[in-house]
Amino acid sequence: MSEFNVTILLASVVAGAVPILLATLGETITEKAGIINLSLDGSILLSAMTAFVVAYETKSIITGFACAALVGALVAAVVAVFSIYLNQSQVAVGFVLTLMTRDLAYFLGNPYSRLQGPSALQHPIPLLSDIPFLGKVFFNHTLPVYLSLLLIGLCWWYLYRTPQGLNLRAVGENPRACFARGISPATIQMVYTLCGGAFVGLAGAAYSLCTKPGWGRPQGAEGAGWIALALVIFGGWHPVRAAIGAYLFAFLQVIGIYFQNWFPSIPAQVFQVAPFPLMIFTLLIINFVQKKSATDSMVGKGWIQSILGTLSGAPPTALGKPYKT
Amino acid sequence: MDVSNNMKYATFFRFFRDVILTVIVVFSFTTLILLLAGAPPLAAYYQIFKGSLGSWLKLGQVISVWIPLTLCSCGLLYTFRINLWNIGVEGQVMMGAVFTTFVLRFGMNGHMPLLYLCAAFAAGVAGGAVWALFAGYLKTRGGIHEIFAGLGLNFVAQAIILWLIFGPWKRPGIASMSGTEPLPRDLWLPYVSYMRLSVVGLTLAVIAIVVTALMLRYTKIGLYLKAIGSNLNAAHMFDLNPRTYMLIAMVFAGGCAGLAGSIQVTGVYHRLIPAISSNYGYLALLVVMLSNYNVWISPAVAFFFACLNVGSIQLPMVLQLDSSLSGVIQGALVLAALAMHAWRMRTQKTEGIALS
Repeated sequence: MSEFNVTILLASVVAGAVPILLATLGETITEKAGIINLSLDGSILLSAMTAFVVAYETKSIITGFACAALVGALVAAVVAVFSIYLNQSQVAVGFVLTLMTRDLAYFLGNPYSRLQGPSALQHPIPLLSDIPFLGKVFFNHTLPVYLSLLLIGLCWWYLYRTPQGLNLRAVGENPRACFARGISPATIQMVYTLCGGAFVGLAGAAYSLCTKPGWGRPQGAEGAGWIALALVIFGGWHPVRAAIGAYLFAFLQVIGIYFQNWFPSIPAQVFQVAPFPLMIFTLLIINFVQKKSATDSMVGKGWIQSILGTLSGAPPTALGKPYKT
Repeated sequence: MDVSNNMKYATFFRFFRDVILTVIVVFSFTTLILLLAGAPPLAAYYQIFKGSLGSWLKLGQVISVWIPLTLCSCGLLYTFRINLWNIGVEGQVMMGAVFTTFVLRFGMNGHMPLLYLCAAFAAGVAGGAVWALFAGYLKTRGGIHEIFAGLGLNFVAQAIILWLIFGPWKRPGIASMSGTEPLPRDLWLPYVSYMRLSVVGLTLAVIAIVVTALMLRYTKIGLYLKAIGSNLNAAHMFDLNPRTYMLIAMVFAGGCAGLAGSIQVTGVYHRLIPAISSNYGYLALLVVMLSNYNVWISPAVAFFFACLNVGSIQLPMVLQLDSSLSGVIQGALVLAALAMHAWRMRTQKTEGIALS
């Protein structure tokens, strides 16, 4: 393990990023429509449990993924209904769901913990996987990896190049104006919260069936949901940038494993929690950049500014504010 | 007079009906979950009841859970007043415990235990407050939402505890999840032997409730917290600095949580263990939400939650179920209460329209 191979490293980054990438994409869609689904950390676990149990019982990975997506959408639906139709705080409901779905996952998954179950198989893509370097990195993986790669582009295209995507973004920016134009904010928010929730469900399935196969307490996916939520901010609510963030995070995780081998004197706990101070630090920088770009214009500044400028992204204006008719 | 009395009865009746409805909904939901898991529901409920209120010893355990829960809830009342989501309360409990243990390690030799205990409690309160101030500064100066700041710091605090237990503070010979070297007996809080309950902790929790109630109701700080919380823009016009008061609220919350950490170390576990905060911080957030941010209701809710937590410890042993059932019930209760609240608002609105 201690020997260093760039191809293997990058390939494991592409594979390891799948769950966090799917969750980040899903949450980006949800937040673009103006709803915060804070329940990510719990709903990833609940859908991971569902995916494993279903795949274990039916011997079908696909069914496992489908059921996990359903569970993710179901949890998101609770957030959406409470926010859109009952006018309750999204943060409050999301937080309660985070704790509750996690406990529900531990409770219902208890009989299935530490069992040897199915996990997704490698499906090298026939011709593409023979390309020297790229083939190994991108085209020698499990099906969910290809799905995640496809979804990045698909999300971007849908959000920025289709009329439906325009409606979705418009509702997140100004639901009142949308209502005046004959678009129902409630329906749109409902649909895309469900959609984002389904992505989160797939993320859970990707954990228990691909990256960290199996179920147990703890599963290993704990905390991932919060990272995904922070990555949405890091990505400036843009799917491609969010995806880059997810890959960066996966890269750090993989590097962390190497570091652990190189420096055995550093306690393992440091590597396990390293993402979280890093998350705070990144958010600090992003906030700083946003303040900067708001105060002075970016014209005629150095390259540092222009790099930082690409980092800043504003949240949807109506994010987290329920729309009342 | 007659009319207002009738109104009072009507509101009380409504409140009562809401509570009953909430309980019925949650009860059905939990039963469904239990059936889904293939467990006998009645036996599970009986075990939870027997495991929490079945004997004096169990009741003592429930109260030892109630103490940190109530302290955290009291702290959270300050931060919720000013609309802060102090999710970092969990880490504040842990840092309170760490600072307490740090001071007590100097008092291991047996001289002046009372002095060391007092200093340890002061250090615990300070530890929680410092950790809360970190989150507060990240919020007010760094512009990071307090949920992310607090949550990140929770994970850091957990790592610090693990590092201490496996590193500098490990037991001679064996470093294990069982925690640091146990404290000598003269550094334990005195306790009632047949209930294993520390009276000092109980007293401190009750004092915290009363002080919080008085602070929020009768002092300027309480008023300002509420004012800023309900209207941030108006606060500027009254020359109130929201940042200052956010930090003040965080310090109070962190102090209460740190105190809970001190009690966990000196009164319950008598050493530092990895799960010293036992998720009580997160649970306290649910307690405060379910009690609708009321100082006097939250101790009662905290007691019920403590019963669920202690009672469900029985489940794995007797019925081979996971003890996280308590968390499911608690979450379902809060969600049902929120829904009931929303429904009440809606019906009141329509009634109002009908009357006018």
